[in-house]
Amino acid sequence: MKPAPFAFLRPAALEEALAALAREPGAKVLAGGQSLVPLLSMRLAAPSMLVDINALPDLGHVSVDAAGVRIGALARHAHVLASAEAAEVQPLLAMALSHVAHPTIRNRGTTVGSLVHADAAAEMPMVLRLLEGSVDVASVRGRRTVPAAELFAGPLESTLAHDEIAVEAFFPALPAGAGVAFAEIARRHGDYALVGVAAMVETEGGEVVRARLGYVSVSDVPVVVDVTDALDDPAGKALADLEPAEDIHATAAYRAHLVKVLTPRVLADAIHHARQKTAQRKKS
Amino acid sequence: MTTKLFGTKVPRVEDQRFLRGQGRYVDDLLTDDPRLLHAAVLRSPHAHARITDIDVADVLDVEGVLAVWTYDDLVDAMAEPLPLLIPHPTLTHGRTQYALAKDEVNYVGEAIAFVVAVDRYVAEDAVARIRVSYDYLQPVVGIAAARAADRLVHDDVPGNVGARMEQENGDARAAIADAPHTLTLELDVERSACTPMEGRGTVARWDPDTSRLTVWSSTQTSTGVRGCVAAKLGLDLAKVDVITPDVGGGFGVKINHPWPEELLVPLAAMTLGRPVKFTEDRREHFISSAHERAQVHHVEVGFDDDGRVLGLNVEFWHDHGAYTPYGLIVPIITSTQLLGPYKPLNYRVVFESLYTNTVIVTPYRGAGRPQGCFVMERTMDAISAYLGKDRTEVRSTNFIQPDEFPYEHGLVFQDGRPLTYDSGDYPASLAKLKALVGWDEFEDFRAEMAEQGRRVGIGLACYVEGTGVGPYEGAHVHIETSGKVKVATGLTTQGQGHQTAFAQIVADTLGVRFEDVEITTGDTRKMPYAVGTFASRAAVMSGSAIHLASLRAREKALRIAAEALEASEDDLEIADGVVTVRGTDASIDLGTVAVLSNPLRYAFDEASKAATQFSVGDPGKPPVAEDDEPGLEGKDFYSPERSTFANGMHAVIVETDPDTAEITILKYAVVHDCGHLINPMIVEGQIHGGVAQGVGGALYERMAYDESGQLLNASFMDFLMPYVTEVPKTIDIDHLETPSPLNPLGIKGAGEAGVIPSAAVFAAAIEDAEGFPITAMPISPSELFALRLEHADVPAEAIAEETR
Ligand SMILES: Cc1cc2nc3c(=O)[nH]c(=O)nc-3n(C[C@H](O)[C@H](O)[C@H](O)COP(=O)(O)OP(=O)(O)OC[C@H]3O[C@@H](n4cnc5c(N)ncnc54)[C@H](O)[C@@H]3O)c2cc1C
Repeated sequence: MKPAPFAFLRPAALEEALAALAREPGAKVLAGGQSLVPLLSMRLAAPSMLVDINALPDLGHVSVDAAGVRIGALARHAHVLASAEAAEVQPLLAMALSHVAHPTIRNRGTTVGSLVHADAAAEMPMVLRLLEGSVDVASVRGRRTVPAAELFAGPLESTLAHDEIAVEAFFPALPAGAGVAFAEIARRHGDYALVGVAAMVETEGGEVVRARLGYVSVSDVPVVVDVTDALDDPAGKALADLEPAEDIHATAAYRAHLVKVLTPRVLADAIHHARQKTAQRKKS
Repeated sequence: MTTKLFGTKVPRVEDQRFLRGQGRYVDDLLTDDPRLLHAAVLRSPHAHARITDIDVADVLDVEGVLAVWTYDDLVDAMAEPLPLLIPHPTLTHGRTQYALAKDEVNYVGEAIAFVVAVDRYVAEDAVARIRVSYDYLQPVVGIAAARAADRLVHDDVPGNVGARMEQENGDARAAIADAPHTLTLELDVERSACTPMEGRGTVARWDPDTSRLTVWSSTQTSTGVRGCVAAKLGLDLAKVDVITPDVGGGFGVKINHPWPEELLVPLAAMTLGRPVKFTEDRREHFISSAHERAQVHHVEVGFDDDGRVLGLNVEFWHDHGAYTPYGLIVPIITSTQLLGPYKPLNYRVVFESLYTNTVIVTPYRGAGRPQGCFVMERTMDAISAYLGKDRTEVRSTNFIQPDEFPYEHGLVFQDGRPLTYDSGDYPASLAKLKALVGWDEFEDFRAEMAEQGRRVGIGLACYVEGTGVGPYEGAHVHIETSGKVKVATGLTTQGQGHQTAFAQIVADTLGVRFEDVEITTGDTRKMPYAVGTFASRAAVMSGSAIHLASLRAREKALRIAAEALEASEDDLEIADGVVTVRGTDASIDLGTVAVLSNPLRYAFDEASKAATQFSVGDPGKPPVAEDDEPGLEGKDFYSPERSTFANGMHAVIVETDPDTAEITILKYAVVHDCGHLINPMIVEGQIHGGVAQGVGGALYERMAYDESGQLLNASFMDFLMPYVTEVPKTIDIDHLETPSPLNPLGIKGAGEAGVIPSAAVFAAAIEDAEGFPITAMPISPSELFALRLEHADVPAEAIAEETR
């Protein structure tokens, strides 16, 4: 359980990091290392070089404004989770992050790293998809913004080019009249979910005008399902788009069952949340 | 007056060190030595294959690699199979592996080549460059495949059967045939493993100047390792020292020896003339140490209207993996200990121990008892359900009664001695358990919860555990001239708190201060005669030996002190390290007595000066009398005629989520009887740890092998050892103390107790909550969900719909 040999670079400037990635086709970015280092140790990945971005300046931010929350590439899960402003503007962030791993891992692991790692069992990629956020990426060729809908290519595969660094993620604010909710079932506290569900509903005059659900661990990529037209059987609609699979922890049937159990609960919670928020807004 | 420490909650002295990160484990050793080399092992990626070629040509090119061994490089005893440690007449087809595979591999993880390099990184790089050619063979995975025997693990073992053993007391089959009621049950337990936080590890240093080998190993038996290393490497025993430093958990897996690496590391150190270290990593621990628990049982039971068991006939199949280095200990324990606190009128048990192409099986905390307890307790519950009787009532009907001890079962136990229980009071224990868990009030609670839409269940399970098996353990007690007491016992310590518990015994027996006692364990230089730490035996065996050795030292101290103080021994007492003539001021420190015990020519310290005021010895006789020795020491061995039998009863209340099938523990209660308690806090700690491990075994952990013999969950990511969040926050414990008549302290073992009834007690509670039988453990929410569908009163199409 020791990594194969690799070169190690810890640049102090983004340009330097991007140049190294462009130069070295076998290089990989190292952020919090909570996913990458185990892969290296088990020799499931053997990059020729690690470009450690932890010394890059100005990437540790969690900045919040009316539009939403901007999370720098070096902001740790714990930092994002601790931000009361972020939780205020987009409550789903904290709801989901409290299910990401354990405190020690959240102290190192980065939220942006989790997005790029593109694990369909991870909470934050799905949250980004559901909220229709985006990721800003940089390379020697310049910068671009990748919408969440275009970020996830396949299991553990993002659409980033090998020489691109994700510098910031953007999670839009909760619109007026909207509500969110999250629930997951995991075998142990802090484990990847067997099934996780998030909901975002938008209401007008107390009526649901848009309802969308995001799912964790029941497909190869984070899946979002619009159930606005299927409020009486949202799980049925969702299951048509999901591919619950069997693994050593759960059968496909059990996962499908959990989708059926969690979906109406989460949807109801989100509707409740939307009404609560609306009531609060009216008061203030 | 020294207060009595035996029986009190003395805080563990070792915790300071452990909690401050000052423990020293094998991997911490020799880290400053620039000459230290590191080993890595090439392990079979296939469950069953013939090796046609091993090409190591590319390895020696790797910079930093010093040597590589394959089977062809081994000579003499090292080229022989590893020892079969515990042979048994019924183990007619015992097989053990070679230190490095010869011609064939029989499980994923079997050692094939051993590389030594300047660090572990380079060693692993080199391992990746070894090219092995295989002819693949079909693997045998799981008990069903082993029994079917369509393919064989070892060509020369027909039917994959390593052993078949049968014991019978009475005529069980006839009794069942004649019984008013009969039931049959099929009961399964899956594979799991000890998974200590520290894996295996060995360091060896060869000193060419003195021709001595020092081996440090993370083992449960340093004397065992020493014997193996000397025999396999052709060294005189006197040239080999084996030391066990701090050990980060064993739970059974480290009693097996020698592991291939325990021999290859010393071999490499001698060959290369440099110290060598092997530290097993987590994946290696999963695929190349040992597992346990997998058994399939078929039970037939005949009983009367009261639930009294008239005949019990149990057949079971034990999966022992690819080889049998540890013999039949696990299935023999199941076959004898499944009886628990009960006395079926007739009992027959037959087992077959089967080969599979999976990791070897050696005892894991509980060692076959969890399976036995599962079988017996599921049977008791089935009888209760059948008769519509309270589960505690049927158990009571079958209990051995307090006036029936010693109770002979008419069977032979794992130590080859008659299965005879020494003491216990099962009705009293059950009464305590019912009170502790609220057995009689449970139906009210169930109704209250049902009103809230919540589903709960209660279960209980009883066990008896043979502890403190022989043959012997010894101790050496030395009182230094400073008055400090140095004690050595040969068995090893894996975190049990021996420093504390043993020091309590010494302090009481000798009359010295607890702080003045230092205990050394697992160091063959200090105590070369010892067996090891397993089978809940350390307190009984070494505790008793330490008590006896302390008595000898005390005897000698009193003899010398009586002479020095010119008093009768009968008038002396020892407290806080001072011998006093009762009712007077006349006294002498034990340190001074130690000076007097050793008629040296030279005086170098205050203690010697203090001693000059006393005179002992007859000037007309030699300074050391004919039947005496210099020094204030005591040495003794404890060797009991048979095991002592501890017992306990657990109860659990669980909640099962009607929607998600998740299982939550609401209350866990334990009544425990291990005779006299040396340190109740340590015993409770053992129970807490055992229950936690049992929760893992019942609800989370399993070895997920696929049909090709690959272990799919060889990491803590997928092998679900419970976190602290998964085990009950509180465990209610009550003790009963029925002392053992077999040892001077009246103690019984406590190390494995917490884990034994877990599978049984959780199955019972889940069954009680759900209303259908639970016959296989462990159980996950996904499996509980599947069982609900199976037992639901719904048409098949609906199930097909649900499982689609
Ligand atoms: C025991 C354990 C439990 C866990 N449980 C969960 C869980 O329940 N839910 C969950 O979501 N996660 C879980 N994780 C993963 C954790 O959240 C990781 O921290 C996260 O997925 C990756 O973040 P990181 O900063 O550690 O990335 P790293 O491990 O450093 O990198 C991961 C991958 O992303 C790439 N990468 C990282 N940052 C960038 C960037 N800025 N630009 C381009 N590429 C980049 C790396 O090259 C690498 O391929 C768990 C981890 C552990 C060890």
